[in-house]
Amino acid sequence: MAADTSATPPPEAAIAGLDRLDAVPPQARRRFWEMAWAASWPKLLALVLALAIWELIYLSGFKQGILPGPAQALPDLWHQLHTALLWQALGTTLRRAVIGFALALAIGLVVGALVSRIKPLRAGVGSLITALQTLPSIVWVPFGIILFGANTTAILFVIVMTAAPAIANGLIAGADYLPPLLLRAGKTMGLRRVSLYRHLIMPATLPAFVTGLKQGWAFGWHGLIAGEVVVIILGQPSLGVLLSNDQDQADMAGAISIIIVLLAIGIAVDLLFNLVNNRIRRRWGVTDAAGNG
Amino acid sequence: MSIDARRSMPPEAVPGALARSEPPAAGSPAVRISEVSKSFGRGHDALLALDQVSLTVAPGEFVTLIGASGCGKSTLLNLVAGLDQPTSGQVSAGGRQVALMFQESALFPWLSAARNVEMPMRAAGLPRAQRRERVAELLDLVHLGAFADKHPHQLSGGMRQRVALARALAQDAEVLLMDEPFGALDAMTRDLLHEVLEGIWRRRRLTILFVTHEVREAVRLGDRVVLLSSRPGRVIGEFPVEFGRPRGMDDAQTVELAIKIKARLREEVVRHGS
Repeated sequence: MAADTSATPPPEAAIAGLDRLDAVPPQARRRFWEMAWAASWPKLLALVLALAIWELIYLSGFKQGILPGPAQALPDLWHQLHTALLWQALGTTLRRAVIGFALALAIGLVVGALVSRIKPLRAGVGSLITALQTLPSIVWVPFGIILFGANTTAILFVIVMTAAPAIANGLIAGADYLPPLLLRAGKTMGLRRVSLYRHLIMPATLPAFVTGLKQGWAFGWHGLIAGEVVVIILGQPSLGVLLSNDQDQADMAGAISIIIVLLAIGIAVDLLFNLVNNRIRRRWGVTDAAGNG
Repeated sequence: MSIDARRSMPPEAVPGALARSEPPAAGSPAVRISEVSKSFGRGHDALLALDQVSLTVAPGEFVTLIGASGCGKSTLLNLVAGLDQPTSGQVSAGGRQVALMFQESALFPWLSAARNVEMPMRAAGLPRAQRRERVAELLDLVHLGAFADKHPHQLSGGMRQRVALARALAQDAEVLLMDEPFGALDAMTRDLLHEVLEGIWRRRRLTILFVTHEVREAVRLGDRVVLLSSRPGRVIGEFPVEFGRPRGMDDAQTVELAIKIKARLREEVVRHGS
């Protein structure tokens, strides 16, 4: 035996050489401000373009006297930002969004986990969940009001009914695309039931799950504002209520201000999701063009 | 020392052998496959993948399995790994821990190399300090100590297979099943991995069942080359490799035996054509 080992030149040196040649060169890390600028200048440009088009429409005289231009609407927004009412309304709406989304997340997780693992349930309920997702969020508003009355519960109900199917669907899609080879590998190394979920199925479905979350948030947000425009609770202003008031008073500048606030929230949430998504993609090596994965 | 002499030696007498807490029962094979048949589907459409396959592998033996397409090589490994049940017959690894390696590394893409190697030990519930220590040891064994924090996409194909090997060893497996593990690698990387695998096999006294379609690779690595027929898979020949190690893929003896095996393999394929 000893003679064998000494006769073989150790492969370490050759391996080290190959490894060095094979190693993926580290990506140059950009500084935070560089990245922030790279991410924000296209958005700023888009904003300027949007304002320019809006001004052009105003100057063309379309719906003159009804449709204000940026020069009239933006000061109204600025003014509203200095009132307690807008901030109070924003607080109510965001609170409802967070509570409703948390409920939808819990329900979507349970339903998604059950449906993705139990075959007859998958066959029976799978397409129903997709169908639920295609329902316009406004249809749940009358349903919720009749069921719970015109109150916060009805609004939360609308968020859950619109967001939960998307979240469940994300989980199901992720489980569907779990590579069978990984499952085989996981099972041979002794992952079972709980540990299989924790160490393999959950992390493997994470990208699809985050996509589902993002979609769930978008649907839930639609449902929330639709609900708020209809369900008006005295002494509890919300963004939807402000929008409804603007409609009653034909206050176009006010309505545009609220829409801009809603857009800003949408953009902020989108940025947050993108941040999470990019982190995941980088870890998985999906963004690495030089990788040999 | 000849291979046969090494094989007949008790494990304690082999230099460099790891001490085992429970030595396997002396004389009993590490893997016993007896009259195993496996068919997929039912009735007319049933496909007989394996037909009465019998094979025993001694503890510490390196057996290579070779056959044309459709010989049920992968099916056989799945049965030994316990991932599937035979239609009839028996498969036993005598209660030994069995690890499986594939042509693709099947590493978890969201984990670093070290965390991938750690995974079987987490599944087994080993304490963290012990896991850390063994991960470092295993990565050094496959010469990847410097790449512990890299993710699979940052590693080359050969490096990924070495991580997969370390992960298989992390299961404390005595029996290693390998399903064309080097099939997708370039020749130089493959040759080096042969040396790495041979070294680990020798030092750890592993029992290896290695499936390949490359005849010279089978001769280069195996103590014995087992030839399987296709559709259904049957054992149709065994070729003991009697010359010593280390061998090279291009050594005259390796090539000579490979030519013999290839001729036999060709007969088998021709039989299907007529």
